[in-house]
Amino acid sequence: MSQAEDIESVDEDGVIESVSGPVVSATDLDARMNDVVYVGDEGLMGEVIEIEGNLTTIQVYEETSGVSPGEPVENTGEPLSVDLGPGMLDSIYDGVQRPLDELEEKMGSAFLDRGVDAPGIDPEKQWEFTPSVAEGEIVEPGDVIGKVPETASITHRVMVPPDYEGGKITSIEAGEFTVEEVVAELESGEEITMHQEWPVREARPAAEKETPTIPLVSGQRILDGLFPIAKGGTAAIPGPFGSGKTVTQHQLAKWADADIVVYVGCGERGNEMTEVIEDFPELEDPKTGKPLMSRTCLIANTSNMPVAARESCIYTGITIAEYYRDMGYDVALMADSTSRWAEAMREISSRLEEMPGEEGYPAYLAAALSEFYERAGLFQNINGTQGSVSVIGAVSPPGGDFSEPVTQNTLRIVKTFWALDADLAERRHFPSINWNESYSLYRQQLDPWFRENVAEDWPERRQWAVDVLDEEDELQEIVQLVGKDALPEDQQLTLEIARYLREAWLQQNAFHDVDTYCDPKKTYRMLGAIKTFNDEAFEALEAGVPVEEVQDVDAAPRLNRMGVAEEWNEFIDELESDLEEQIRALY
Amino acid sequence: MKEYQTITEISGPLVFAEVDEPVGYNEIVEIETPDGDTLRGQVLESSEGLVSIQVFEGTGGIDRNASVRFLGETMKMPVTEDLLGRVLDGSGNPIDGGPEIVPDERIDIVGEAINPYSREYPEEFIQTGVSAIDGMNTLVRGQKLPIFSGSGLPHNELALQIARQATVPEEEEEGDDDEEGSEFAVIFGAMGITQEEANEFMQDFERTGALERSVVFMNLADDPAVERTVTPRLALTTAEYLAFEKGYHVLVILTDITNYCEALREIGAAREEVPGRRGYPGYMYTDLAQLYERAGRIEGREGSVTQIPILTMPGDDDTHPIPDLTGYITEGQIVMDRDLNSQGIEPPINVLPSLSRLMDDGIGEGLTRGDHGDVSDQMYAAYAEGEDLRDLVNIVGREALSERDNKFLDFADRFESEFVQQGYETDRSIEETLELGWDLLSMLPKEALNRIDEDLIEVHYREEEAEAVQAD
Repeated sequence: MSQAEDIESVDEDGVIESVSGPVVSATDLDARMNDVVYVGDEGLMGEVIEIEGNLTTIQVYEETSGVSPGEPVENTGEPLSVDLGPGMLDSIYDGVQRPLDELEEKMGSAFLDRGVDAPGIDPEKQWEFTPSVAEGEIVEPGDVIGKVPETASITHRVMVPPDYEGGKITSIEAGEFTVEEVVAELESGEEITMHQEWPVREARPAAEKETPTIPLVSGQRILDGLFPIAKGGTAAIPGPFGSGKTVTQHQLAKWADADIVVYVGCGERGNEMTEVIEDFPELEDPKTGKPLMSRTCLIANTSNMPVAARESCIYTGITIAEYYRDMGYDVALMADSTSRWAEAMREISSRLEEMPGEEGYPAYLAAALSEFYERAGLFQNINGTQGSVSVIGAVSPPGGDFSEPVTQNTLRIVKTFWALDADLAERRHFPSINWNESYSLYRQQLDPWFRENVAEDWPERRQWAVDVLDEEDELQEIVQLVGKDALPEDQQLTLEIARYLREAWLQQNAFHDVDTYCDPKKTYRMLGAIKTFNDEAFEALEAGVPVEEVQDVDAAPRLNRMGVAEEWNEFIDELESDLEEQIRALY
Repeated sequence: MKEYQTITEISGPLVFAEVDEPVGYNEIVEIETPDGDTLRGQVLESSEGLVSIQVFEGTGGIDRNASVRFLGETMKMPVTEDLLGRVLDGSGNPIDGGPEIVPDERIDIVGEAINPYSREYPEEFIQTGVSAIDGMNTLVRGQKLPIFSGSGLPHNELALQIARQATVPEEEEEGDDDEEGSEFAVIFGAMGITQEEANEFMQDFERTGALERSVVFMNLADDPAVERTVTPRLALTTAEYLAFEKGYHVLVILTDITNYCEALREIGAAREEVPGRRGYPGYMYTDLAQLYERAGRIEGREGSVTQIPILTMPGDDDTHPIPDLTGYITEGQIVMDRDLNSQGIEPPINVLPSLSRLMDDGIGEGLTRGDHGDVSDQMYAAYAEGEDLRDLVNIVGREALSERDNKFLDFADRFESEFVQQGYETDRSIEETLELGWDLLSMLPKEALNRIDEDLIEVHYREEEAEAVQAD
């Protein structure tokens, strides 16, 4: 959001009446709901959230210590908006789209000072613009008129803003331009720059929402293999602290095969954001080989940054995501964590003394959540291209109790549920996604893609794994009572197979250079190797070989090394034939 | 500076006064009682004509005629390097009989958020000499790692042990060449602890000579509760000054966060706010984050702030709002366990629910040792398996278990009695800790070590140990 260009021309139209934390009320302010205002002598940025008679209530995006009644409030007359244009990728913003690197420079300090503003995109930087339409052509809102190489891997498409009328192009030229300069003029008199503004609380228009049928491949075995999410789908990752929400989100941000990743750190730890800032420029996108940062936009509002900006950072993120979707890209948005966002709403709501709903959350919590997740989807854009926004929201339920309002209201909307489990995390089984509780409603619609692109029997093989894990779950209850050795031999073998499924297949080391990303084909083949072991072992058992001997064949422990094997095709070929040979030698 | 005698209402820790000129939010207030005492407070809400004030020392002795002075500034902490070695009360006034403090600077205690862009990711290993921490839940410089404890558990002993023993191994080897820039300091912020506990800390500081490089802030159990909301902010402001202006590596110990949160709840109740879970205010997450997030490193600055907050979980329940919200903000937790304590394990750290989020980047080749990560993972997995089997043994007995299972049971026992158990005076180097780890892991068959790289097993696995176990 850029500070109104010429603030002097705006009337000093309000006076502060009272201050309580991030909530300030002012009298005599002529404003509409959601208008952005500048509060007090220091010009702290805020947003109008309630109007009652002559009294206007404002949530302030910065710390309000020292602000006193009687100080002025200035209205910009504009709703909270983001600046959209080239330069957003490879950037890190705070919750109201101020670039954090710019802020450091302007404030001359490592600490975030108040009342300093900076535009979301650099107004002085020159970009190489190449038109893709010619003079005399007719363009409509949303149409792409030219291209700008934004980063090493992404070409930015300059579009006619959706709220323009469109018409015949009277002039357009190639060259170096800043985002403020006009690159094309229309017959209607409208001028197009590479820069658009869009109010964050309003979804950008699209022609049609479609049913997604292509998976967002994440390179995580448990996700691709058991609980896939579609491009344009929604997923929730709830879990108690320490269960690996953030690591899972980071893994997705690194390896998901989206074109663009928007990562929103909402009310989380400062050091985690720093990790992303330091790691991403060094990591390579497995698809393009370019630095991951060149497809990533980071939004960081850490837990100690002002609470009102935490409320807005989710909207800032999704609006940026929609803008790239309009260009025809597949965008993935990670929000970590939506609970902090809900708590920010609760905090503001309680300062407004609104009637609380469940557990003190405002009554409009469910509406706000569903409105946010509905902005995800696979869309037919107004310019005819197809783009998607996938949303993956972490949820931090208090005490790890999934029955609390944020988790419950989220689950009513999202179609993929990755339940993190503290027990698994305690025994360092990562990713600690519980395979019995999690689900994906996209499985059916994604199966054709997996059949075609990975293997014809992908769904069947997955079902086999699910059945074994289910059976293990039941058997474990008996084992808890009588011990493993009291079970019949075939059930003992099933437990052993399930153990390999858990330890060799589901478990994946995010910090291992090779294991961190697993191609779906490798995921499939690893499962195949375990199934080979399963089939051979059961045949041996039927032929009368004792279960201990079957389990203890030399090759079996090598199943655990499949994940870290670099030449996995060869490794698995050899392993499978060794398993066959050694088990068959037993009878 | 204007003086008012316009108090209209006194309720709990709050005073309401009428004013005729604007007063800033969070501004500091002095109230003079008819007896001549001066009390200090802070503006909680400011509106045209009326302010509500939270009084740190409690409202006892204030009447309608007390005079109220607004100082026109928010609360500041006078800071100087000379604070090292001093003991202050919960509001920052010296109580050790020493000279007046002559500040170099006066810094706002609320503190500003560190720009995430300016942070440096913490990855410098701190050796605490405690195996359960160094080996399994490594602490790094700039981390915030709380101790989750319960009443009656020896969290103070552990905190003191860490404060005494904490070093960064490589720097010792490098010798004196950068001694100036990287001195070590301890800031101790006590909130509502008993006089006896305070004595325990003070005696240990004096005994070991640690006091010279410490600043102590004392808010005791019988000091005003509201003051507790200020004490940690004074401590952290001092810590940030020493770390980022003067280049110290500062370890901040805050005890007890539970008392701090009780004080927040008390103020919330007095203001008749809508309460959140269990009566704690809805903004407690934000409030706690404003404390905990003041840990870290800054790019281009020498020093660091590392935090070890201590909290006692009411009813040993880690889903209680205080430990719960803390766990969501801090970078892991060290959990004390009542069962281990009654078995006489010192320190009684239960490693299973414990966690250090920054561990992965702080260990490994060149930082600690190449096998650290794998050893730690394997011990976690093996101990967790042993723990599970214990339940089963209670039902079916040891004889009914397989040989493999019995080995895991033995592992779990020895893990507790040899690895975790070490006493509060033993200082183990990371080498010793990892070697001890291998001693224990070698009880298990090689094939069971599925989390460790095969090459490392070749180097470190002790065949003799395995054979000895076989022979048993």
